[in-house]
Amino acid sequence: MPKETPMIDRTPADTAGPGRMAGPAVSDRPEPAPDPSGPALRVDRPVVVPVVGSSQPAGILPDQEPVFGAGSLGGRTGAGRFGDRVLAGLSSGAGAFLVLLIGLVTVFLVIRALPAITSDRSNFLTARTWDVGGDTLDFGVLPLLWVTVLISLVAMALAVPVAIGIALFISQYAPARVARPVAYVIDLLAAIPSIIYGVWGIAVLAPKIQPLADLLSRRAGWFPLFADHNVRGGTIFTGGVVLAVMILPIITAIGRDVFERTPRANIEAAWALGATRWEVIRLAVLPYGRPGLVSGAMLGLGRALGETIAITLILSKVSNTGAFSFSIFNGGETFASKIANNASEFNSPSQTGAYIAAGLVLFVLTFAVNAAARWVVNRRKEFS
Amino acid sequence: MSITTRTGVLAGLAAGAIALTGCGSSGTSADAGASPDGGSSSAGSSSAACASGSLKAEGSTAQKNAMEQWIKDFQATCSGTTITYNGTGSGAGVSNFIAKQADFAGSDSALDPANGEVAKAAAVCGSPALNLPMVTGPIAVAYKVNGVKDLVLTPKVITRIFLGKITTWNDPAIKALNANASLPSTPITVFYRSDSSGTTQNFEKYLAANDPAGFTSKPDKDSSKAGFAGQGKAGSQGVQQAIGSTEGGIGYVEWSFAVSGDLDTARVDNGAGPVELTADSAAAAVAAAKVASNGGKDLTLKLDYAARASGAYPIILVTYEIVCSKYADPKVGSLVKSFLTYTAGDGQAALQDLGYAPLPTEIQTQVKAAVESIS
Repeated sequence: MPKETPMIDRTPADTAGPGRMAGPAVSDRPEPAPDPSGPALRVDRPVVVPVVGSSQPAGILPDQEPVFGAGSLGGRTGAGRFGDRVLAGLSSGAGAFLVLLIGLVTVFLVIRALPAITSDRSNFLTARTWDVGGDTLDFGVLPLLWVTVLISLVAMALAVPVAIGIALFISQYAPARVARPVAYVIDLLAAIPSIIYGVWGIAVLAPKIQPLADLLSRRAGWFPLFADHNVRGGTIFTGGVVLAVMILPIITAIGRDVFERTPRANIEAAWALGATRWEVIRLAVLPYGRPGLVSGAMLGLGRALGETIAITLILSKVSNTGAFSFSIFNGGETFASKIANNASEFNSPSQTGAYIAAGLVLFVLTFAVNAAARWVVNRRKEFS
Repeated sequence: MSITTRTGVLAGLAAGAIALTGCGSSGTSADAGASPDGGSSSAGSSSAACASGSLKAEGSTAQKNAMEQWIKDFQATCSGTTITYNGTGSGAGVSNFIAKQADFAGSDSALDPANGEVAKAAAVCGSPALNLPMVTGPIAVAYKVNGVKDLVLTPKVITRIFLGKITTWNDPAIKALNANASLPSTPITVFYRSDSSGTTQNFEKYLAANDPAGFTSKPDKDSSKAGFAGQGKAGSQGVQQAIGSTEGGIGYVEWSFAVSGDLDTARVDNGAGPVELTADSAAAAVAAAKVASNGGKDLTLKLDYAARASGAYPIILVTYEIVCSKYADPKVGSLVKSFLTYTAGDGQAALQDLGYAPLPTEIQTQVKAAVESIS
């Protein structure tokens, strides 16, 4: 770290805060040109990064005299220190509150679900029956788990590539006057209520994409994922397509943001090496944006896993008797749609407990998926 | 990079939270609705039967439309009264009635003595609780087959269709009942309710009563264990829409939805000839029901789904108002009495437009007498 050596020679006040906060400080203090560390600094100046701690790369900084005395505001006056403490308190409070909230939700779910799970006559995870109305409980979440995961996977498979494409178009290809309206329109998708998506999905979209479903199941019906189950319209496929549209704005918005933040230096370095536009994206933009993109995809997946009313309206329920169906051209129920379908007739604590147990599985599923995604991102980072 | 990673962790947590609200919101979704528009109350002819005050009731969604109409009409006549009915489901209605959260409950089934509901309700009221049949609704077997009107079905054939044992419209079993109809070879697509509903329960009760060998599962509001073939759709609206848009579709819906969806309804033959679904034929079936009282003025009805009465449409749903026979607060008692006097009397005439059937005269008289005894 030889670049930072001049820092040691600064006045003590300089170390109190980040250099970028220099603006106001400069006006009420004399220009620190006669600083004793001046000569030392001047030697290193061509390579010194004046703004220490900034994520901004050096290349795009204005080439001017580094500003010293930055951050002295916080170090000298009590008001600044007080503000710091308030902000620190508020933000860590908010963080702790979120963790507490999630913890309490977990505790609630576990407390309410445990009695139902322990008195379940079937295997809670692998059974396909759902009989919770009577005195005895006999239920399993396997079909719910399968449909929830499958419909979300269909949605992700459709949405993520398209979202990356749109984000790249907006941030890298489109001229500003095109990019802004496109981004705006995509964001608007997020503002449509999910019940509208549901009604549109089953009444308008489902008949339109049915021929495609028919074609797939006719040509590739031997493949379990595309087997025909004589369910028309309200299939996992239709639900997945609608979900894909619903999660598109989330993934796109985050993808756009991270792509736009690709360091100019990385891009220019790629240009300098003679990269084409595609190679620039592949070498500079995509690697830089990957963690953010995964986060965006996880947000979208979270929405897809938990989406309730649109899926309730679209998906046809099917009986879980007979052979297990792997097909996306079958109906079914997700955790959320199952709970929504029956929430108005919860009669007893044990019955409610069974549905809460299903909710607990969804909760654990979402957490597991997120943890897995984090792990993948962190692992990849070590190699890149 | 570390900043982005940190955001990602938060994003992960937020995703969990989103998934949770997905479940959470569904729990409260049923609470919305059924708040009558109090603005419509006008200074109408305030009869002597009007009592003032406010009532809070909740329960069955099957009678929600009737209740909303009644509350609107009643409040228009009796200004100064506020009645709310929340369609939270029969189970919630009964448990909140027992927990003193509701002044009366609407329910698809009468209080069950077997699991202590009768005793609990009596303890809360300080007097026996009454089940008063108030809203009866026929359940239509609606279908869409091009060129086929006046389809006749028997309970056994209905069971076999709904369980997927008859799969095409020109099946010999259907042909035998409809000799004159030109039945196509279209596959049958069955639609049923995916959400918990008293309609499902009563339809299953009908099948179980008439074809105990064919329909073996215990009737339940949740269609999950019935093993129906075809597709479950959310709400009567969903079933109606699905039948209407599917050639070869068949399903069960409340009569009102069959009417509003312009769907053909099957004539049902319980053994005494095919009966068309009309207000009269449905009322005839309710009239044939026996009163199986818990004692006193209680009017729990025992429907005979397997009855072979000619001219009586057998697939019906009866919903009750569950009230205290004597309220601790006389003001509440007089308002309940005032409101139910209206619903059991003039209110019945408003039902037919909503797709319900009015109470038959004999039972109506008994209900009126029971309401009269509330204090």
